[in-house]
Parts: sequence; structure tokens; C-alpha cells
Amino acid sequence: MHDDHPSNEHGHSHGHHHDHDHTEPPGELELRVRALESLLVEKGLVDPAALDLLIDRYEHQVGPRNGAAVVAKAWSDPDYLERLRTDATAAIAEFGFTGRQGEHMVVVENGPTTHNLVVCTLCSCYPWTVLGLPPAWYKSAPYRSRAVIDPRGVLAEFGTEVPADVEVRVWDSTSEMRYLVLPERPEGTEGWSEDQLATLVTRNSMIGVEKAKAPAEATS
Amino acid sequence: MNGVHDMGGMQGFGPIDPEPEATEPLFHAPWERRVFALTLACGALGKWSLDKARFVRESMEPAHYLRSSYYEKWFEAVSKQLVETGLVTAEEMDGSAAPVAIAPGSARVLKAEVVDTVLAKGSPTTLAAAAPARFRVGDRVRARNVHPAGHTRAPRYVRGHAGEIVLHHGGHVFADASARGERRGEHLYTVRFMARDIWGPDAAGGDSVMVDLWEPHLEPA
Repeated sequence: MHDDHPSNEHGHSHGHHHDHDHTEPPGELELRVRALESLLVEKGLVDPAALDLLIDRYEHQVGPRNGAAVVAKAWSDPDYLERLRTDATAAIAEFGFTGRQGEHMVVVENGPTTHNLVVCTLCSCYPWTVLGLPPAWYKSAPYRSRAVIDPRGVLAEFGTEVPADVEVRVWDSTSEMRYLVLPERPEGTEGWSEDQLATLVTRNSMIGVEKAKAPAEATS
Repeated sequence: MNGVHDMGGMQGFGPIDPEPEATEPLFHAPWERRVFALTLACGALGKWSLDKARFVRESMEPAHYLRSSYYEKWFEAVSKQLVETGLVTAEEMDGSAAPVAIAPGSARVLKAEVVDTVLAKGSPTTLAAAAPARFRVGDRVRARNVHPAGHTRAPRYVRGHAGEIVLHHGGHVFADASARGERRGEHLYTVRFMARDIWGPDAAGGDSVMVDLWEPHLEPA
């Protein structure tokens, strides 16, 4: 699809959407990975049960629903919002979301004068505790290179228009501080519960490339 | 190092073309899962810092780096580090020698029963700096125009440019030194650079870029 771009995150001949044909023989890389795992298990350097558990945690427990719960509470509870502003790491820990790649959290608020966007130009730092593992595009050369020099072009690619009088503020995650965007609460959600509100909070809105869903889009 | 990993502001990589959020899988191939878990488990052995791991990834041959997906980079780096630190011999790695089991208790192996504790704890990087903070929120600072050959978290695109300190995070492990095996705290700041100061008149007037920089990266402006 766009393998002509050398550092597209899926730099393989099968292109973008990965309808792998699993009847094909495994590729060289897959064989090398298997060989390394076998070697490390045989040497006693890794516990295979620990590997399975690590994968399970990020496939089934840690993900953007965590962040959505934080955002929905911030929209609903002014005291909680204040705690997030004062010490985001501690406020997020109230949900039990702590630890790896979320040790030092800062919440950045979108509003009528500011739109925040998060990137890591040097690698792919991302707030795992609240968003899980980053999507492929976040790790790609096109996003990492353009987010800082052409943020409005990047936002347009996600269908997001930010008015000229609103500051686009790009956060380049160059340290261990991790940034979570607090999107604006959509209009027409008065009286919604936190659970309902959380359905409007997408991963992309917490990276800052999109806005939260409008109520009419909630089921889409 | 002025490597290809330092991508901020580069041009010509084409559109982002994201997969739809609702349908993108967390991993795009089964081997990616294994590389993810192997990298975390090997990191837990404690033989290298995250900063060192990043430096090994960004030290890949540049064309190889650009061709490789994220988890390929992780795989190449962890393989290299295992050999460099002596946890695995080159012969074991290339299959020319049979694996030799480590002596029991000789490595900090990540066991399944502590995975949740280890993840929940993470690796906080707060570490007191030796001296009081040189800058305060509101100060004008300039990112030093330096080009170290080793690991640095000061991206090229801000060097030589002036901005304003907007956050002071206290002392944190200085990544540039940590990648060399030297663990010391330095004051960490978020610096707000106006987009036009960095990119010139084509950038939108009020837009800005916020970059985390440690005190050694900065000088008064």
C-alpha cells in the first residue's frame, strides 16, 4: 500500500492491513525470534510463563479504556480534575493505573484556546498505564517526523480542524514524563454518567489527534 | 548522536495513513508479541538501563533502522545487548554452540508471580540533583548547540533555539549520562518553544512545541 515509504511502521512486503496467510511458512524474522526465545528459556534467563503473562496484561488489562475512565471522571468531578492538575500520577493511581511507562504523568487539557498533541520524535514513548501500547502509526516515521513541524497537517489527516486562533501545542516526550491529553467534553452530554461519557473517549482523542466523539457518534 | 532516529522535522516520509482505531490489532504478527515480552523480561535482568536500550536501537545501521518496524528494532537491540553483556555468547546466539544454562540464582530472572508487581511499580526516574535548580518557571533558556556522539534526549530541531521554561519536574535520572552507565540526577524542565522560532514564518503564529530537557541541555537566553 505504501511500502515505498521506507520507514512505514509495517515495513514488509505484505502492506498495511495484515491479512496474514498463516499457511505460509514462517519468515526469517519469526524463526529468529523463536530461536531466541528457546535459547533464553533453555539458559534459564526467561520464565516462559512470565512472557505469556506480560502479553496477556497488555492485550487484556492495560489499554485506552483506562485513560477513558480517567477522562470521564475528570469531566464529571471537579475535585478529581483539580487532583489531576496538581498531581496527575497520584490522581491516575486512584484507579490503580500505575507503573511502567506511566511513572510520571502530566495531563494536558484541551480547551477553547489550546489543542494539545503528543508525540515522541526520538523513539515512541507513550503513556502505557492509561493508553496501553502505542498504535503502529504513532511509532511510524511519518508521524514522528511531522507532528512537530506540521501539526496542523497531521491533524487534518485525522480529520481534525483546529481554528487558527487556537494554539496547537505539541508535546515531544523526550524524558520519562508521559503526557495524557484531556479532550474537551462534547456538547450535549449533560447528565451523562461516567460510564456513558467514557464511551466517547477514544484513544486518539487522548493522544490529541482527534476530538472526543460527539454523542451521535457514540455507538459507531 | 545525530542519527536517523532523531526524526522531528524531517520531511519526505509520506502520509501517516493510520489504521482505524477500532480495528487495529495490538500486535500485527505473533512474533511481535514474543519480542515485546522478551524485551521486557530481558530488561528486568537489570544488565542495562532503558536509556542504554534506546541508544542501542538508535545505533542500528541507519538504512536498517529505517526499514525496520518497531518490534524489529527491539529484537535487534535486545539480541545485541544479550551478547554485549555476556548473558548469551555469540556462539549460542548464532547456534554454533549448545546453550549453557546459567547457574541458579546468578541472574535476576523475571518470574511470572512477580510480573504484576513489577509492572505496577515501574521504574520511576526521580533522583535528586546535586545542585539547586538553575532555572525557574518563566525563565528564558536556549537549548545548547551541541552535537554529542552518544545518546542524547535533546532533539536536533531545538538546538540553538530559545524558549521558556513552563514546568520544572525536579531531579530526574539524566538520560544522556544513564545511557553511558552513569546514573545521576539533573533538573528536568519542560521548555516551550514557539513554532515560528524553530520552523520559521511558515509555522502557525501561536503554535508551540513543548520539549522536556535536562539542565545540562540548557543555557540562559
